[in-house]
Amino acid sequence: MSEQVLFQKSFQIKGNDFASAGEASVQIKNILKEVGFDSSVIRRVAVASYEAEMNVVMYGGGGKVTLRVNPEDVILIVEDKGPGIPDVTKAMQEGYSTATDEMREMGFGAGMGLPNIKRNSDELKIDTAAGKGTRLEIHIKRAVNNG
Amino acid sequence: MKLATIKELIQARALTDSVDFDMEVSYIKASDLMSDVLSSSRRGDILVTGLVNAQTVRTAEVVDLGAIVYVRGKVPSEETIKLAENRGFPLLATDLSMFEVCGILYSHLK
Repeated sequence: MSEQVLFQKSFQIKGNDFASAGEASVQIKNILKEVGFDSSVIRRVAVASYEAEMNVVMYGGGGKVTLRVNPEDVILIVEDKGPGIPDVTKAMQEGYSTATDEMREMGFGAGMGLPNIKRNSDELKIDTAAGKGTRLEIHIKRAVNNG
Repeated sequence: MKLATIKELIQARALTDSVDFDMEVSYIKASDLMSDVLSSSRRGDILVTGLVNAQTVRTAEVVDLGAIVYVRGKVPSEETIKLAENRGFPLLATDLSMFEVCGILYSHLK
């Protein structure tokens, strides 16, 4: 069954541009807010998107994030052509980091990025290869789970 | 507690014009780590931080914080203040240290 896409928009992310890092995620948040999504869903999408965007800025050397909305989910596809994640299992552990001092001075790079993305998503696919880059696919359910 | 009371208690000044001092504040988040703020803050929280870069304002926007208080006399760049101003987001600054601000606010909010 092909996926029905209700909305899709991509945003370019510049590598190492800390002045505008996070802008794409703020725009994504504002789009979902205008459409009237539940605030808890918007928050999960915005946090996951922002952490992923910071990773693309800090490690990925630039890339893009695509917001896709289908009847069931909000999907974020975050792609870069950076060095890839050498050890995904380690990168998923809270506190594990390969960040530089400059990244830490920005308030990031404490080994919380991927764990924060995972925590805010219902499904997370990571496709990464050394020297080829990283692609994250983050699925967040539109229906609010009150259970 | 109103933001006006907080401002007085920690001898803060407003860095942006758009400050609603009647805003009710229930929770304070003190951190220099934006990933922590992203993972554990609530809507409307006041962020107390020693970081002064643009990421503080973007983080605040992403999780709908109420305001940011910068400590130890540090203030963000003109561009960062303008970014907050354009989005109607309130910024304050105090010469007190992070420890002093947290101590004062903790004793009054408890």
